[in-house]
This record gives sequence, structure tokens and C-alpha cells, in this order.
Amino acid sequence: MSTTTADQAPPAGDSHLVTYPRFLWECVKISVDGGLLFYAWMFALTAMALVGANAWAQQLAQGMALTNLNDHVSWGLYIANFTFGVGLAAGAVMMVIPAYLYDDEEMHEVVIVGELLAIAAIIVCVAFVIVDMGRPDRLWHMAPIIGRFHWPMSMLAWDVVVLIGYLLLNLHISGYMIYSRFVGKPLNPKWYVPFVFLSVAWAISIHTVTAFLYTGLGSRPFWNDAIIAPRFIASAFVTGPAFLIVALTLIRRLMKLAIPDGPIRTLARILRVTVWVNLFLLGAEVFTQLYTGGSHAAAARYLYLGLDGHSALVPWIWSAIALNATAAVVLLLPVSRRRPGLVLLACVLTFVGVWIEKGMGMIVPGFVPSTLHEIVEYAPSPTEWKLTVGIWAVGLGVFTVAVKIAAQVLTGRSGLGPPRTREAG
Amino acid sequence: MSDVTRRTAIAGIGATLGVAAFAKVMEPVREFTKDLSLDQFLQRHYRELSPEDIQGVLRRIEEDTLRERGARVQVADDKPIPGVQFGYALNLSVCNGCRKCAEACHEENNHDRATNQSYIRVFEMEQGSLDFEHASATYDHAVPAPGKYYMPVQCQQCDDAPCVSVCPVEATWKEEDGVVVVDYDWCIGCRYCEAACPYHARRFNWTKPEIPAEEINPDQGYLSNRVRPQGVVEKCHFCLHRTRRGKLPACAEACPTGARVFGNLLDPESPIRWVLANKRVFVLKEELGTRPRFFYFFDS
Repeated sequence: MSTTTADQAPPAGDSHLVTYPRFLWECVKISVDGGLLFYAWMFALTAMALVGANAWAQQLAQGMALTNLNDHVSWGLYIANFTFGVGLAAGAVMMVIPAYLYDDEEMHEVVIVGELLAIAAIIVCVAFVIVDMGRPDRLWHMAPIIGRFHWPMSMLAWDVVVLIGYLLLNLHISGYMIYSRFVGKPLNPKWYVPFVFLSVAWAISIHTVTAFLYTGLGSRPFWNDAIIAPRFIASAFVTGPAFLIVALTLIRRLMKLAIPDGPIRTLARILRVTVWVNLFLLGAEVFTQLYTGGSHAAAARYLYLGLDGHSALVPWIWSAIALNATAAVVLLLPVSRRRPGLVLLACVLTFVGVWIEKGMGMIVPGFVPSTLHEIVEYAPSPTEWKLTVGIWAVGLGVFTVAVKIAAQVLTGRSGLGPPRTREAG
Repeated sequence: MSDVTRRTAIAGIGATLGVAAFAKVMEPVREFTKDLSLDQFLQRHYRELSPEDIQGVLRRIEEDTLRERGARVQVADDKPIPGVQFGYALNLSVCNGCRKCAEACHEENNHDRATNQSYIRVFEMEQGSLDFEHASATYDHAVPAPGKYYMPVQCQQCDDAPCVSVCPVEATWKEEDGVVVVDYDWCIGCRYCEAACPYHARRFNWTKPEIPAEEINPDQGYLSNRVRPQGVVEKCHFCLHRTRRGKLPACAEACPTGARVFGNLLDPESPIRWVLANKRVFVLKEELGTRPRFFYFFDS
């Protein structure tokens, strides 16, 4: 499939106007070409995405009454997934920090996987916000100049700025790396290193601003709490490494790439600490709320213990705590250092655990009881589940294709320059 | 090479099928776009419309209401009156929980009939408590019940309104006379304001509101009671299409006990000024610093 043969002259003198379209065309070719497993995986993801697209079309036509949201619980599964997705995007920085701040050579080789995860996760987040909107046709009202962008007052306006900024940063960094390799030119640090360092700070900002969306609301005592932003960062540093450990393991096995053990070991080391930090912050919050009591703690009582016979969230949150605690203990066991399977298990457990804790366990109790202490319970509708599965399928599809393109180009299997002497991941 | 051609052909067929499937699954969206004209799509923010633009928009809304709902209505654009600052006070000693105010709001403001929507929720409170934790808004028995008192809650028209701060597109703002309004044609339906409001004052249009043509109140305002589109947020607007013409809000007019006192805070002769001067009034959730314009008081 490669367009490169050794006897072709390196097109060093070609203009980008010629080579960039060729690069894009090569990306398209790589993304539709693969083995049986690749086709089966992409087919399954496309099918799920189509189910989600249909659910969205119906929701637009018939209104958001197709969700189980209402004027009491006005945000639910969509915003829960949005919040979790921002954490996943921010958590990807846990590959960038060892690679660039600690000069971990082996991590440097595979850091692109983290950057591509950030891109896919931000796309997921933006999709969840758009399907939560009653009038997505008016999205342009948010655009600066042509719309009326309420910045800097509205935290949602800030969130748009930081999310789009983070998406562009990561698109630039990974796009520059892949394209340079494609045309066979050496990387110029000036064109990416400053952006990499900016993206590290920016990763923290996206999840801090997303926390401020909630913590800035005096109307919701459950959210109006300074610990939410640190908790978001801590749990982001759980889900990011957890996802990346699983992803790197799969990429190594399925794409037959020589990814060394080092990056996976580093990520596991980070995870071993962050799961405990996350549990600690949760405990600090639970104590403060439940020990103090009173109506300000009603939402926490509802979440953990049930309130006046209403307990829809109790099984969710205790599953989350059980999953996270199990993962934390498994990662501490000395045997987990010898058995990669145990680490993978812990990754899956805590990924699901944080998804619940930060999603249903964080967004919904903000609304129950309501600001006037009415208790209306919420469970997602079939439409909400279909859209959620569909959006995650799109995200996984984007991530798969992006990793495939990166692997193909960075290993020199596709490109205009001379083949690289060293084949690496 | 033949392998490559076959693969290309398969990829081509796959892509075509994918596009066709996408078009098919997105088909219901036509239901959403069919009522959406280009004029509507490109309409500017209310505060950027010139007087001529406004007139065009008002006429278009009237035509749309006639075509889609079979109702002949007049949509006006009443502006704030200089020297007027609206305020509201409610006497908890005489309110008997009959919910006539909520009913009048429902009819005046063209609310969805199926959900019995209203901007007012009346809470049955325990004697001896000001805590909504011990209250019920869903009581269904003769009123007033022994040992209870009643607290109607609607938009408090805060001077420092959290809903206005959080809106990402400035679709909601405070007018010169103190009324917090929504441009229903600019709201994107993100519902951040609904999360931010401490008084459960905001409502979202989860579906297109359904009202029989003969029940539609034809006397409408752009920023107030015109029939709202699907997917946008709405709220109490102190019936500005009435109050800016010197009438009382529908809820005040409907109250059989005289519990509701509405008027101009700048007019020293107004009943609201008398209440503020002579009664020990309080506001809800004062500690949040929202500075409501809605006051409560007990007679004794």
C-alpha cells in the first residue's frame, strides 16, 4: 500500500500544496484499508453510530421529551458523559508529561497515542453537548462576532474556548508529527515543543473549567464545593492512564507493533497512585457532607443512602466505589507487577467506576432534591442510551483510524521520504 | 493489482452504503427542519433588531401562528416604561393555597396544556418551618389544611440573576424595569440557566407546546407570552405585555385573597411601597446574594 519505493527521489523540494493533499489522500486510504478484524470492528462501530444518529434525528423532531430529563433534573446522561469525556481528554496528558517533562525516551515513541486520545475524547465531548442542546440549529449564536458569545461571564463560554483550544493544540501537534514524517522532513522543535508544553497546562485547564461549570452555581449545594475541580483532575488521571494502558496493549497485539513495556509500566505506576488520591478526595467530600448534615447535605444523603424512600442512585454510587476500591487494591498487590492481566483488569474496573462516579454520581445528585427540595428521580431513557452508545462508537472509530494512520506513517510504511531505518511504534 | 482494485471497489460500495444508511437514519430530522425558514434561522438577537426588523419579526410570528396553529393573534413589543421598576410582594398570612394564580398564569401565558405548565408552584409548608424540605408542591386536598401555610414561588426577578450570568449566548437579560426576559428565538436550549436558578423558576420546552386554537390567548408579547418554540427555555416575565400597559399580572388579578401586591417600586404612593415600608418582608435564599424583587411577608 505504501507509495514509497526506495528508488523514488525524496520530494524534499515539493510544495506543501502538492504534498499535503497527497498526505490527506493517504490518510483516507489507510482509514478504509485493513484486515478482517479491522473491518468487523469498524462495521460494528458504524452500526452503533447509525443507531445513535437515528435516535438524535428523532429527538430533534419530537423534542427532548424523548429523554427522561425534566424541569427538575434538566441535565442527565449526556452531560454526565460530557464531563467524563473531558476527564479522559485531560488524562491523556499523563503520557505527555513523562515523555516531555521527564524525557522518557520510550514514552516519547508512543506519546502520539495520548494526543490522539485527546482529540477523539474532545470530539466525543462536543457531540454530547450538541445532542443535549434543544436548538443545535442555533449553535452559531455562540460564535464570536457573528453570534453573541457571553465571555468572560459565562463558564460555558469559557468551556467552549478551552475545549476547542485543546482540540486545536492536539490536532496541530499530532498532525505536524505525522505529516513531517510523511514527507520525510526532520521535526523542527520550534514548531511543536512550545505547543506540547502549552497543551500540558491546557489539559489541566479543560477539566478545571468544566468543574467550574458546576462549582460556580450557588443554587446547587452538592456542586458548590471547591473540591470538585481537584476531584475531576484526580479522576482524569485515573481514566486517562487506564484507557491508555488497555489501548497500548491492544495496539501492540493487534497491529503487531514493537511497543516496549516501559510506557505501560510508567502508566501503571501513575495509576497506582491516582486511584488512591481519587478515593481519598471522595472520602473527604463524603465525610464533610454527611457529618455536617442538614438540608445542604440532602443531595449527598440521596446519593449514598437514599432520601425519604428515594434511592435510585444508591446502587450506582456503591458500584462505583466498589469498582474503584477493588482496582486500587489490585494495583497494590505485588503480583500485579508480574501479571499484566491483573493491571488490565484493574484498568477496566476503575474506568467504569469513574464513569459512574463522575457521571450519574456527580451530575444527577446536583438536581435531586431540586432547588426547592422536591425529589424527582431520574433514569436515562432508551433514546439517551442509544445516543450515548452511538457517540462513544464515533469516538472509538476516530481513535482507531487516527492510531492506524499514525502507526502506518510513523513506522515509515507510508510516506514520501526514504523509509526509516529503525522500525518503532 | 487486481486485489487492490477489488479492495477499492469494496471500499467504494461500503462508503456508498454508509452514506445511504446515514441519510436514511437521519430522515426524521425533516420534521424538525420543515418549519424552520431561512429568515428564522438567520434572525438576529432581539437587542440587535432595528424597529423595522422587529415589526417584520412580529408579523412573521403572527403569520406562523395562524398557519401552524390556526389562531389569529397580535404579537406586540412593549418596551420598559421610564421611571418604572417593578416589584412584587406576597402576603403569606392570607394566601390559602388555592392555586388560582398558577391557573391564571397557565391560561394567560399560553402554556402547554398536556403538562399543565405554569410559572408558579405553590408549596404547602409546615407551620413552624420555612424549610422547603418539609413542604409539598403536589398536595391534592381541600385548602387551607390545618397546620399548614402556603408559599407560591415564581421567578424572583433577581437583580443579580445567576441565570443571566451563566447564559453562554446572552439569550436572557434584565430589562430596564427589572424584568428578566428570554429571547425565545435566540436561546440555544442548553439549560444552564435552569441549573443555575435557585428558585426553580425556569421551564424548558421539552416538546412543541400544544394548545387548542380557541384557547390561545391572542394578546401576546415577543418577550412574554407568545407561544414558545420547541427546545427553548422560558420563565415568568411579570406579564410584561400587561404590566407595561398599566394592568396587573394575571396571577395578581386572579388571586381571590388579595395576597398578591404588585407595582412600581419608584412610585411612593404604590401599594408595594406601602408593604415594604410597613411590613417585615423577607426574600427567599437571601444568603445566595441574588437580590430578588419578590418579597414575602406575614401580616402579624
